Amino acid sequence: MMKVIMGNHALSYGAKLSRVQVIAAYPITPQTQVVELLSEMCANGELDAKFVKVESEHSAMAASIGASAVGARAFTATSAQGLALMHEMIHWAVGARTPIVLGNINRAMGPPWSIWTEQNDSLSERDTGIMQVYCESNQEVQDTVIQSFRVSEKLLLPCMVVLDAFYLSHTYEPVDIPEQSLVDEYLPAFNPPYRLDPDDPHTFGSLTDSKWYYELRYKIEVAMNKARDEWKKANEEFENLFDRGYGLVEDYKCEDADLILITSGTITGTARIAVDILREKGKKVGLLKIRVFRPFPIDEVRDVLGGAKKVACIDRNISFGHSGIFFAEVKSALYNNSNRPPIWGYIAGLGGRDVTPETVMEIVKRTEESDTPEELIWIGLKKG
Amino acid sequence: MSEAKKIDWKGVDDMPEMAVSLSSMRVNKTASWRNLKPIIDYDKCKPCGICWKFCPEPAILLKEDGSPVIDYDYCKGCGICVEECPRKAITMHREER
Repeated sequence: MMKVIMGNHALSYGAKLSRVQVIAAYPITPQTQVVELLSEMCANGELDAKFVKVESEHSAMAASIGASAVGARAFTATSAQGLALMHEMIHWAVGARTPIVLGNINRAMGPPWSIWTEQNDSLSERDTGIMQVYCESNQEVQDTVIQSFRVSEKLLLPCMVVLDAFYLSHTYEPVDIPEQSLVDEYLPAFNPPYRLDPDDPHTFGSLTDSKWYYELRYKIEVAMNKARDEWKKANEEFENLFDRGYGLVEDYKCEDADLILITSGTITGTARIAVDILREKGKKVGLLKIRVFRPFPIDEVRDVLGGAKKVACIDRNISFGHSGIFFAEVKSALYNNSNRPPIWGYIAGLGGRDVTPETVMEIVKRTEESDTPEELIWIGLKKG
Repeated sequence: MSEAKKIDWKGVDDMPEMAVSLSSMRVNKTASWRNLKPIIDYDKCKPCGICWKFCPEPAILLKEDGSPVIDYDYCKGCGICVEECPRKAITMHREER
């Protein structure tokens, strides 16, 4: 069924179609509608799930961990300061190997207060071990929730589905909402190998000394490395059933490109338009969208970028004292590769500032005109 | 409830994915870091249950007649029972190991 829905509701429908059993959430702009709709679905019987109202995001993730530990499929959603408050419990969800799916609406961190998009909130969770997928459209948001449960439960790792505040969260787009029976075929019931069970009492996550902690960390890394193939497999089957799919990365007009742009989230759609305009002018420009950020798609990034003469990475985030975060990740993926095109790093759109096709074309122009990469270029900075 | 059992792992391949305990809590005794030990003077104790109620572990159990018994396998020696006992019937003593 095609329905015109907002990005936030695409998360809700994704969770509903995944037959989540526990939703624990605390409202925060711009995430609120995600859990509002889910609470309505629980209230009117459309969704057979327990909706737990909690006093904070820390508790939201803690309750999700408890639910997942007994074998329930758990979903939560948040944004910015809420995600930061969840941070401790995200580490816990990973260590406890609870495959919770978390929707995060990218919102800039305060102060100063901002409610508009920026990726520093989600990227600050980079090293926790939660998987991260950045979405470009409402359709992709809904579908990614369903795919996430499948991959997460296979690997026993939580996953964060990420979308831009307002540019996606509050933008209405037509979304194909599939039949429940089709999703049921794709996503079987959650059946974890270990669970809290009074008939076989154990402690989970209690004190583990240096004799075994190291091995448990290694196992998280093994799961993360397997995740690349699991995402590909999950997507192939998704394509077979639903006639649409998404890669770890998506390359656009990259085969013969001299200059390749790198984007994530909604800037991708804008950059695609810029690429089309520049292609009409005869410029060989391509676009690489990074969809799955953790695990990082190292091979795909090497394959797509290897043949380019120049690469320009657009980051709606900043690791202060270093560079844009995608920029740093891409450079790190290429360093041990024999083909290493020079990369220019651009900071753009922080705090929700609009990134237009003109912004992207200016980035292309500056990259073309430059001989050696600068580490960090703030595009559109008001000077004076 | 199943038997308390100790699970031994050889290495990374036969370990579970998550930090499930190597044994149940009936094997995993957690009092090893106690350095002060509470001892009840039963001549002074008029079983009121206050120590049992305040013990955070819980490592104080009540017998059928209501008198408290300290479970030294799990008592961590926090001393809350000593603080709360209205008859000063519990005192802390250096742990001898």
